[in-house]
Amino acid sequence: MSIVFWMISALTLAGGLAAVLLKNLVHCALAVTVAFAGLALLFLQLDAQFAGFAQILVYIGAVAILVVFAILLTRNSETPKEGGVFSRTWLAGLAVAAAVFAVLGWAVLAGAKGLPGGAAAAPAVTVNEIGRALMGRYVLPLEIVALLLTAALIGAVIVAMHETLNVNGNGRAK
Amino acid sequence: MLMQEGLPFHPQFVDREFWSVVNSLWLIPALPMLAAGAIALLKQPRRKLAAGLAIGSLSVSLVISLLAFAHVVAGWANHVAVRETVNFTWMQVGAAHVDLGWVLDPLSAIMMVMVCFVGLLIFIYSVGYMAHDENFTRFFCFLALFAGAMLGVVISNSLLLLFMNWEIVGLTSYLLIGFWYHKPSAAAAAKKAFMTTRVGDVFFLLGLVWLFAQTGTLLFYNSGTGSMEPLALGGLLATPSVWGLTAAGAIGLLIFAGAVGKSGQLPLHVWLPDAMEGPTPVSALIHAATMVAAGVYLVARVYPLMQAGIQPGGSTTALTVVTWVGAVTAVFAALIAIAQDDIKRILAYSTISQLGYMMAGLGLGGVAVGMFHLITHAFFKSLLFMGSGSVIHGCDDEQDVRKMGGLRTTMKVTFLTYAAGMLALCGFPIFFSGFWSKDGILEAAKHWSLSSGPFYLLVFGAALTAFYMMRQVSYVFFGEWRGHDHAHESPKVMTVPLVILAFFAMALGAIGTPAWPWFQSFLGNRATSFAWSSFSQPGLMTLMLSSSTVVIVGLLAAWWIYGNKSPRAEEPDVLERAIPPVWVLLRNKMYVDELYGVTVVAFYWWWARVADWLDRRVWGGAVTGVVWAFRGLAHLNRLMDVHWVDGGFDKGCEELAGGGGLLARVQSGRVQTYLRLLALAAAVLAVILIWSSRG
Amino acid sequence: MSPLAGYLMVAALLFAIGLAGALTRRNAILVLIGIELMLNAANLNLIAFWRYGPHPEALTGMMFAIFSIAVAAAEAAVGLGLVIQIHRHLKTTDLDEMNRMKG
Repeated sequence: MSIVFWMISALTLAGGLAAVLLKNLVHCALAVTVAFAGLALLFLQLDAQFAGFAQILVYIGAVAILVVFAILLTRNSETPKEGGVFSRTWLAGLAVAAAVFAVLGWAVLAGAKGLPGGAAAAPAVTVNEIGRALMGRYVLPLEIVALLLTAALIGAVIVAMHETLNVNGNGRAK
Repeated sequence: MLMQEGLPFHPQFVDREFWSVVNSLWLIPALPMLAAGAIALLKQPRRKLAAGLAIGSLSVSLVISLLAFAHVVAGWANHVAVRETVNFTWMQVGAAHVDLGWVLDPLSAIMMVMVCFVGLLIFIYSVGYMAHDENFTRFFCFLALFAGAMLGVVISNSLLLLFMNWEIVGLTSYLLIGFWYHKPSAAAAAKKAFMTTRVGDVFFLLGLVWLFAQTGTLLFYNSGTGSMEPLALGGLLATPSVWGLTAAGAIGLLIFAGAVGKSGQLPLHVWLPDAMEGPTPVSALIHAATMVAAGVYLVARVYPLMQAGIQPGGSTTALTVVTWVGAVTAVFAALIAIAQDDIKRILAYSTISQLGYMMAGLGLGGVAVGMFHLITHAFFKSLLFMGSGSVIHGCDDEQDVRKMGGLRTTMKVTFLTYAAGMLALCGFPIFFSGFWSKDGILEAAKHWSLSSGPFYLLVFGAALTAFYMMRQVSYVFFGEWRGHDHAHESPKVMTVPLVILAFFAMALGAIGTPAWPWFQSFLGNRATSFAWSSFSQPGLMTLMLSSSTVVIVGLLAAWWIYGNKSPRAEEPDVLERAIPPVWVLLRNKMYVDELYGVTVVAFYWWWARVADWLDRRVWGGAVTGVVWAFRGLAHLNRLMDVHWVDGGFDKGCEELAGGGGLLARVQSGRVQTYLRLLALAAAVLAVILIWSSRG
Repeated sequence: MSPLAGYLMVAALLFAIGLAGALTRRNAILVLIGIELMLNAANLNLIAFWRYGPHPEALTGMMFAIFSIAVAAAEAAVGLGLVIQIHRHLKTTDLDEMNRMKG
């Protein structure tokens, strides 16, 4: 439980909090990016270098950008919405989230004794091994994920396409 | 008259033999009944056939009864006392059995011949009398049925069979009295006749049932085990009953009550005068010769029962009652007859009076004395009725004697025959049968040990009889013609029977005189012979002379008052002017009908009203109450059903719908709601899983 | 508290924050952001368990996390595409107003 851990955790959590609490959507997107970065650092601290870098590449480089794009594309008005940014029944949602946190926290703390403690030796994980694992043991999930990504790609494109109406009334995507 | 002493027969009661006529005896009543059934199926216009069937069947019955009579007479001539019976079991219930049967002995033989002969003459007479009536066929049907039933009463050997035929006789009497039923007076008279005789029949039935219960049999004669035979009578005498009577006496009195109703004796005589509403042949046949004689015949038939326990020279309670009732009735009716103006009503009261004589004769002197008067009365009374019918027919249906008169010249045959009958009824000496039969009764009354009351009553009655008959004859046949139109003689078919009957009214006396008491000996199963010397019995000539004097005095008195004078209808009667209160009393029949109206009939109406009230209020009320209770229950049921069952059901459905509505609110359509629920559910599930795995 | 427990707690907290955001914010995009945060918290859990669990040389945890990242990216893409399309139709991204599935 080094100090680095606490600092990075604080950063991540602050980013996350900011993401859900801020009024301006772009600020939220930027805050969540900070949270992503914090998580990447946590991965690195956990000697999962590949995962950390993958996190930076994918989440910060793609997902965050995507979120920003979406925010910009759906800005219809600058006027603040009536009733605030939070739902009318925000308390129920908060209560549910708190309940879930309570369960999770309780599970962690109650099973804290059985958790493997101490600092185990850091595993030496090379990219070579990861590559071999991907092509060897995990080839099937890899292929499936590839399929999934393809489907998602096509799906996203189709979903986001503009539709125009012909004289006949048939909808034809533009 | 004293019985001629002769050698009594040895009683050889012969049981029937195969070839004997008694086996066919049942045909005698059966043939007329069958004829009645056949006539009932005919249509109205077949008059000749109907009359032919009735007269034919009765003629055949007459032939058979003459054969039977000859058989009995032959037996009597050979000193054999004939009593032949045919009995059979009708009903068997366990050990007890009810037998029916018929008997042929001198009593039934004589009665049979009389009923058939007189009935036949009246049938022939009716052909002429009812010729203009449109219900001719129905009349002959009822007449034939009556004849059959009456003959059934005569030959019956069983009290039950006698009772059954007795009832049919009563029924046909009702049908015939009310023959012209559209006349209200006739319908009322028929009902009255039926009801009054019914009162007597109730007592008769009680006596019948008691007799059966005591002796176990209803047969009269059955080779020693019959109810009129010494064995059964001894048992009845030994059994005591109420009021100091023995069972024999009590049963005898009950059966006599039936005879009182049928024969019109004092308390139950009220129906006979009203029965004159029927056609005249009906009056002649039923209410003179036969049906009313059935009561007398019944007493004669059960005479051994009535006589049971008699001491020589004494009398039994039953016979004493019979005598007094008869004597009082004789005088009572004769008094009323004096003040009547309807030709048939006078004769009706005369019949009641003569029936009283017959009953008194039975009680005083035995079967033969009473039966002799019955036989002679049958002939001269039916002659008188038929003669009156001829008069009514000749005067265009006029019945009031004050509106007739002088018919002596216009209706000669009727007058002569009527006079013969009238003198026979009065008891004019020597040549008329009524004299001998009535004298027999008077003689028995004179020698009655218990009292001389009946004797004096009967003598007084004889005087009254002569008086009222002479009054009637002088009103009808003498004096001036006071009616309208002209009277005319009746056709031959009506006058020939009158002549025949007149002959018998005079000649029948010969068989019952003291010189040759054939009738009494025949009935008593004794030998007899002709002897002038019997007239020299002590007291006999005196009695005959005194009774003749009484009769002649009565006749002369009436002739002196009414004679050739022709009182008009509007003038009051001579006697009425002389003794008004007595006259009014007699004219109104001594108010007996009114007395009954106030007591019996009034009680009956009151009881009928009570029964109606009971029925309407109490039973009807109960039913209505039950109905209301059920209706109330039904209403309650409906209320429960509507409010509780239906209401409850509807409420349940409403709540269900409301609940569904509430639940539907979960589906808000908002994503975040679903998300929240998802997360909550996942958390709960996790808790459950952890807990269960930890436990 | 062991290091693992610390990492787990952090992940739990991050998860809860992400969940709270997804459940309470009105904007659809912020819901997706919350979902991303949740996924990231799950990834952290995976890596932490891989690091401190038995047999880290099997690379199971890491593989799982990598695949999760890939799938999350795909899902974000599709989801945001959907939000854009909805925005085109309803002219709004306010979740409170999207209740046409109301029953």
